[in-house]
Amino acid sequence: MREDRPPPTPSRGGAYSPPPPDQVLENVLEHVLQFLTFRRDRNAAALVCRSWHRAEALTRLELFIGNCYAVAPRRAMERFRRATAVTIKGKPRFADFNLMPPDWGANFTPWVTFMAQCYRALEKLCLKRMFVTDEDLELLASFPSFRELVLICCDGFGTSGLAVVASKCRKLRVLDLIEDEVTDDEIDWISCFPEGETCLESLIFDCVECPIYFEALERLVARSPSLKKLKLNRYVSIVQLYRLMIRAPQLTHLGTGSFSPSEIVAQGDQEPDYSSAFDACRSLVCLSGFREIVPDYLPAIYPVCANLTSLNFSYANISAEQLRSVIRYCHKLQIFWVLDTVCDAGLQAVAATCKDLRELRVFPIDAREDSEAPVSDVGLLAISEGCRKLQSILYFCQRMTNAAVIAMSENCPELVVFRLCIMGRHLPDHVTREPMDEGFGAIVKNCKKLTRLATSGLLTDRAFSYIGQYGKLVRTLSVAFAGDSDTGLKYVLEGCPRLQKLEIRDSPFGDSALRTGLHRYYNMRFLWMSSCRLTRRGCKEIAQQMPHLVVEMINGEEEEVKDDYVDTLYMYRSLDGPRADAPSFVTIL
Amino acid sequence: MEKPMSYESEDHLNLKATELRLGLPGRDESDKQSSPSAKNNKRTSPEMEGVLYAENEEQDCTPPPKAQVVGWPPVRSYRKNCFQPKKIEADASGVYVKVSMDGAPYLRKIDLNVYKSYPELLKALENMFKCTIGVYSERDGYDGSDYAPIYEDKDGDWMLVGDVPWDMFSTSCKRMRIMKGSEAKGLGCL
Repeated sequence: MREDRPPPTPSRGGAYSPPPPDQVLENVLEHVLQFLTFRRDRNAAALVCRSWHRAEALTRLELFIGNCYAVAPRRAMERFRRATAVTIKGKPRFADFNLMPPDWGANFTPWVTFMAQCYRALEKLCLKRMFVTDEDLELLASFPSFRELVLICCDGFGTSGLAVVASKCRKLRVLDLIEDEVTDDEIDWISCFPEGETCLESLIFDCVECPIYFEALERLVARSPSLKKLKLNRYVSIVQLYRLMIRAPQLTHLGTGSFSPSEIVAQGDQEPDYSSAFDACRSLVCLSGFREIVPDYLPAIYPVCANLTSLNFSYANISAEQLRSVIRYCHKLQIFWVLDTVCDAGLQAVAATCKDLRELRVFPIDAREDSEAPVSDVGLLAISEGCRKLQSILYFCQRMTNAAVIAMSENCPELVVFRLCIMGRHLPDHVTREPMDEGFGAIVKNCKKLTRLATSGLLTDRAFSYIGQYGKLVRTLSVAFAGDSDTGLKYVLEGCPRLQKLEIRDSPFGDSALRTGLHRYYNMRFLWMSSCRLTRRGCKEIAQQMPHLVVEMINGEEEEVKDDYVDTLYMYRSLDGPRADAPSFVTIL
Repeated sequence: MEKPMSYESEDHLNLKATELRLGLPGRDESDKQSSPSAKNNKRTSPEMEGVLYAENEEQDCTPPPKAQVVGWPPVRSYRKNCFQPKKIEADASGVYVKVSMDGAPYLRKIDLNVYKSYPELLKALENMFKCTIGVYSERDGYDGSDYAPIYEDKDGDWMLVGDVPWDMFSTSCKRMRIMKGSEAKGLGCL
């Protein structure tokens, strides 16, 4: 391996001469730096001096690329030559909500192509919001040590790509497909795992919307003694789940698939004892799935409830009473995802039992802004009173009050993530009719550890003054349909010293506000502003003043030049200039 | 019934808090038609006080809902689509059966619902496996062809494809196999 160190002192007559002092120091440094694992620590170490920079680069094993366009593959991989684990993030989060046209970019191909030369020893890969093709997967599968593939919110590949990974990665331990879009190429990819014992530890495919050949899956599970995590898709019926569970009682994480029978079960039909299967899984701590749940089968999970630390009911259409029957046993629960069908009453039941709750997500079954959401400020208040250790919350609702949000800010001082989505746009406090300014203000004032905030409801510029002033640790801020004027955004850009990711949609912020952030855009990962009041000229000004910023103007539907406002501005710092793969609807200023 | 959302009026505030409603599943920005029938999901909860609404699934004359904005509320399409009525698998949207072929290293899957008749199916199989299956005759089966298609029915018996009417076949077929003509000779002339 090429290293730019001074050559060792030549020995005289075979006698050993000690290496020069600088080299000793570098050796020691490398040994010591191996113990640094946190990215921030490593980044800091790399800034000390040249030799530290070099030593750190050689000892970094995990490479994290927060924005795939911030650096070219070559530059990243040439600096960190020995990395064996890579994480790359692509599209900005608002792409999840159809705010970005398809084919925008975030292609994995240029990365894997370079990896094929430079990172042959790659072991682990995690991609989020990237476009990954079957050919990319095929190339990955050819890396001899490759053992862990995690794809989150990715698309571009299908079951044929999975088939190649399954059949060629002999050392595969982890294959986690999380919220990806996988095309059905009608290939039975489960059958493609080689015969004989596998070293699979984790197989997650609940997002794969293709039927699977169950017998092959059953055989696979039977010959995977190390399997700890298994998350099935909705094509697996409850009977099939039973058969898998009895073969794998060592599971710690289980996604149950549909949790319903595949055919109509007639009266008196002999059904397996599902409860005993759950009872046998003594190590189960994380339960999810329930994609098409028939609630009659819920009692089957009672035996594992007391040990659960994570429960995901967010696809389960169950009532408050049905939830209550389960949750009353879940004393150790820390992570809970649920549908709003459980109503405020269901949340009250959670608050009564789950004293250790750290993360709560309440999703809407009817995600439209004029739907009748059955959860409200009542549920939020109950949770705040019962779950004092709460750190992270995502809450969809239609009715909210400042009082409930303020109560949560006071009851839950450990909050790190607060994401409230009042689905109707511009909705005020439903009792006092006032804007939600005071509620969000209280959150940033009282929750001193807050790093992520998402706002909603009727908000004036005042809310942003609170956020800018008190949001000392806020790194990620999401804003939608909020604010009165440029002043709102100015408050944020002039405050929030740790701001990294700012995503704004449909808010009345314009060029003047954008300018106020000039001093900090290089220190941010990105800024997204769509359907605001930015003009092309305003964006161009920024681009001219900040040469290392890539300023993308993304056009929405047609190229109709409507009143000179920019549809979407997406800008980010980059070491390697504008990307070469921008599609026609993207203009890089 | 869907009233346009007016949060100004106080009178229905409490009622709404305890009402049981089944809203229409979410709709994506442009293409999807929002179907008027709500999926009635096993929610009975008689213990909840308040009014139990029966969602009027047939009525189309409700006032139009607020114009939906792209990407709002911020819920991923996958999640929105999960609760759409069309996901009910009552009419088995997609009857996938495994198809094996003698000598091939892996199986294929086909959706029988895609085909309306035997000729369509056989042609698709010929394309998929690059083989010749030939023409069916009641007397001789696929005699003379390189390959013959057989299927396993609900009783677990292996039957020759083509003997029964198409509809009966497509509902009783569990899996298929394309066997070599030389082995198939026995089936044709029982």
